Amino acid sequence: MTRIKTSYGRRSFIKTTVLAGGGMMLGFSWLAGCKLDSPNGELALPENWYELNGFLKIGENGVVTIMSPNPEIGQNVKTSMPMIVAEELDVDWKQVIVEQAPLNTDIFTRQLAGGSQSIRQGWKSLRMAGATARHMLRQAAAQAWDVPLEEVTTEAGTLVHEASGKKAGYGEFASAAANLEVPEEVELKDLKDFKIIGTSRRNVDGKKIVTGQPLFGLDYKREGMLIAMIEHPPAFGMKLKSYDDSAARAMPGIVDVFTITSYPEDYELQWCDTSAFTELLVVVGKSTWEVMQAKKALKTEWEVAPEKTKEVLQFWGNKQPVKSPSGLENTADHIANLATAGEKLAEVVRKDGDPEAAFKKAARIIERSYSAPFLAHNTMEPMNFFAHVTEDKAELVGPVQTPEFMEKSVSARLGLPLEKIDIQMTRQGGGFGRRLYGHFLVEAAVISQKLKAPVKLIYTREDDMSFGNYRPAYYATYRAALDENNNLLAFHVRAGGIPESPLFANRFPAGAVDNYLAEGWAIESNITIGAFRAPRSNFIAGAEQSFLDELAEEMGKDPIEFRLELMERAKNNPVGENNDYDPERYAGVLKLVREKSDWGNEKPGVGRGVSAYYCHNSYVAQVMDIEMKNGKPVIQKVHCAVDCGIVVNPDAATNLVEGGTVDGIGHAMFSELTFKDGAPEQKNFDRYRLIRHSEAPKSIEVHFVENDIDPTGLGEPPFPPIMGALANALYRASGKRVYHQPFMGNRQMPG
Amino acid sequence: MAKFNLSINGKQHEVDVDPSTPMLWVLRDHLDLVGTKYGCGIAQCGACTVLLGDVAVRSCSLPVSQVGQQKITTIEGLSENGDHPLQLAWLENDVPQCGYCQAGQIMNAAALLKANPNPTDEEIEAAMNGNICRCGTYTRIKKAIKAAAQM
Ligand code: FES
Ligand code: FES
Repeated sequence: MTRIKTSYGRRSFIKTTVLAGGGMMLGFSWLAGCKLDSPNGELALPENWYELNGFLKIGENGVVTIMSPNPEIGQNVKTSMPMIVAEELDVDWKQVIVEQAPLNTDIFTRQLAGGSQSIRQGWKSLRMAGATARHMLRQAAAQAWDVPLEEVTTEAGTLVHEASGKKAGYGEFASAAANLEVPEEVELKDLKDFKIIGTSRRNVDGKKIVTGQPLFGLDYKREGMLIAMIEHPPAFGMKLKSYDDSAARAMPGIVDVFTITSYPEDYELQWCDTSAFTELLVVVGKSTWEVMQAKKALKTEWEVAPEKTKEVLQFWGNKQPVKSPSGLENTADHIANLATAGEKLAEVVRKDGDPEAAFKKAARIIERSYSAPFLAHNTMEPMNFFAHVTEDKAELVGPVQTPEFMEKSVSARLGLPLEKIDIQMTRQGGGFGRRLYGHFLVEAAVISQKLKAPVKLIYTREDDMSFGNYRPAYYATYRAALDENNNLLAFHVRAGGIPESPLFANRFPAGAVDNYLAEGWAIESNITIGAFRAPRSNFIAGAEQSFLDELAEEMGKDPIEFRLELMERAKNNPVGENNDYDPERYAGVLKLVREKSDWGNEKPGVGRGVSAYYCHNSYVAQVMDIEMKNGKPVIQKVHCAVDCGIVVNPDAATNLVEGGTVDGIGHAMFSELTFKDGAPEQKNFDRYRLIRHSEAPKSIEVHFVENDIDPTGLGEPPFPPIMGALANALYRASGKRVYHQPFMGNRQMPG
Repeated sequence: MAKFNLSINGKQHEVDVDPSTPMLWVLRDHLDLVGTKYGCGIAQCGACTVLLGDVAVRSCSLPVSQVGQQKITTIEGLSENGDHPLQLAWLENDVPQCGYCQAGQIMNAAALLKANPNPTDEEIEAAMNGNICRCGTYTRIKKAIKAAAQM
């Protein structure tokens, strides 16, 4: 048993009662009914709820409502986070109802979906919330029964005093427990006593999803709500010059057309504000289709915008100037520049030993270059947000990954104090990093303020794809120096991109090679970029793992054996400092995937590729099997081995690993966003390729390393390495190495 | 504007909209049936799939004026109690991640199973290829369709 200090006070518990609003989603009016949807069917509504803390309340009938603090973007935290609370509360999962918590910084910490951190960083506070409530219930029972606290135990929502044979449901003592002081210390369960964590529980919204109930931002509706859409410049590097809205205004259902400035010149930008297009044309009307039609009837003139540099407040609190050069960019230039810029711009980020000397005396140097294009996030639900701004308050509802940051933005932009901004999160039709950048909240708020009416801002797919925070374009050159006996003497990576470098200088194989050099570089651009599922790792992993594969082949070694040798070196006698991985856990997933895939015994005709990567605190190794059919690669099987510590919800975790695998294959194979005169050339799914059913692996097998380590992230880690496994399997199946993504695109960059 | 009498999920509904309005927006904006999703608006993603008679159609590209008295079924009307074999199989296999594409996937699969109660893997892939899932739940969708076919 672990004792843990409860780090929140009574105050925050009392405050939560104020928040008990909710019930505003269309069809979400369960308060009016007498039945509640629990994950396992219907539950009777209690007469009263008793809040034991900000995370949970218990009804007199024993039904428990658990608030899920973090944004749900498909990573399934709305099920797995409450599972952790329920575990420590020791309640029957069938008695649990889950609600999405609104933004509330008094109770919850880090209500953010990013960096695969929800479970990892929520682990302690979620357990504590459940354990605290359990403790208070036991206390209430002990007092009523007049027995020592230590003798009151719990079992699946029941308080038990064995000696006297007394028993009572949590509901009976919920009221008394809610009036007790919050304990200063509570006991946490032993891992071996877990009954919920580690067992598969279905998505708490599953029933609503498969029956089409309103859940998402786009489904949100309010009495008197108007629909707004924006028209933004068609190209990065352009701004609005003039417009004629006479035709649009005259169209049926149109209420108004006007311009807004989302971020004025004197506004201090945060990292999650996007300032590519700050002057926007807005069309407001009564229905979506009418607004869409009127938007098409706008006549607009655009002009080239001047260069601008602004100080931007970064995620970690520091300020950095961000420059947006003037000009209209083209993919053809990007490709040429990426291939040559490294030599001119590279700066040393890490150096171990004497790599220059090692390369000089090398018997052989292997050098390969890799690249990847810009990508659009393309969450299936396009950007949207509801806003209702009045004189003294702003109410915002919708899908966003960074409610806490965006609350600050909206507050600063509207000149309203933080307490007057209320942000509620809906279920979100995908995130992948796109909804970290909540400029659309600010836009919706400014539009509502101007209209003095509730409004839902909706991006069309075209708006969404052409006003993005894209995955940057990247390029990396790897070099290895070998002696005459094929020993690895030195390793060199030089990686850059537009407008950032994907380099992680301290990751593997840093620490495993005596002479190591890592260099980074970047080219300026006015195309806005942002975090995209496993930022930077989502390119560099595939490049590195392809290079290691080729290197192993050149050295005459088995690709898994070769990696394990390097990890063995990093474990026993690491080179340099700050090596950002645990070589033993890294090797662990490789060994597990080797065993599970029966490595070395693949069927004839199968090309098999391996890859392994560490990012977002978790380790993933994958083996992919490809067969060529009529000259086309068919992915028959992917084996995944994952070490993310304790697995909270195994089937859902498996789903996430499968999804990350499919998503990674799709992006490496098919997706790219190209630019012509600053304008994205793909604006919808007719030209932008995403992976489809027939292209997905025929089967995916997921295995987790079993250990007692606190859980780490899973939304991102399976995504980067699969690109390497894909490149390596393609080579083994087709005899041809691929270096430039998308592998199935018609463009292979000059290597 | 024009009045249309529509048969949706077994009930008659009257709407007064522009004849060019796609069924997707009639359902979502005028009838509060928001289970049918918007993903692309150009018949490329399948998020908006509904049944027109027994056939899966992309409601984003079906003007209300072309529907006439043909019966429309949306995800809300696929079954009375959410117990269509596909819905049960979806829950059983815990298919959804973000869940946004799933109504379209289920409706498309419903049309497939009506036309072909026991599809092979290849037939499932061919029939479902128009339905994008950005979260990558394809392997589970296939499993769920096969499970539903056995129910
Ligand atoms: S919204 Fe109709 S197919 Fe995409
Ligand atoms: S579950 Fe998210 S798009 Fe399919």
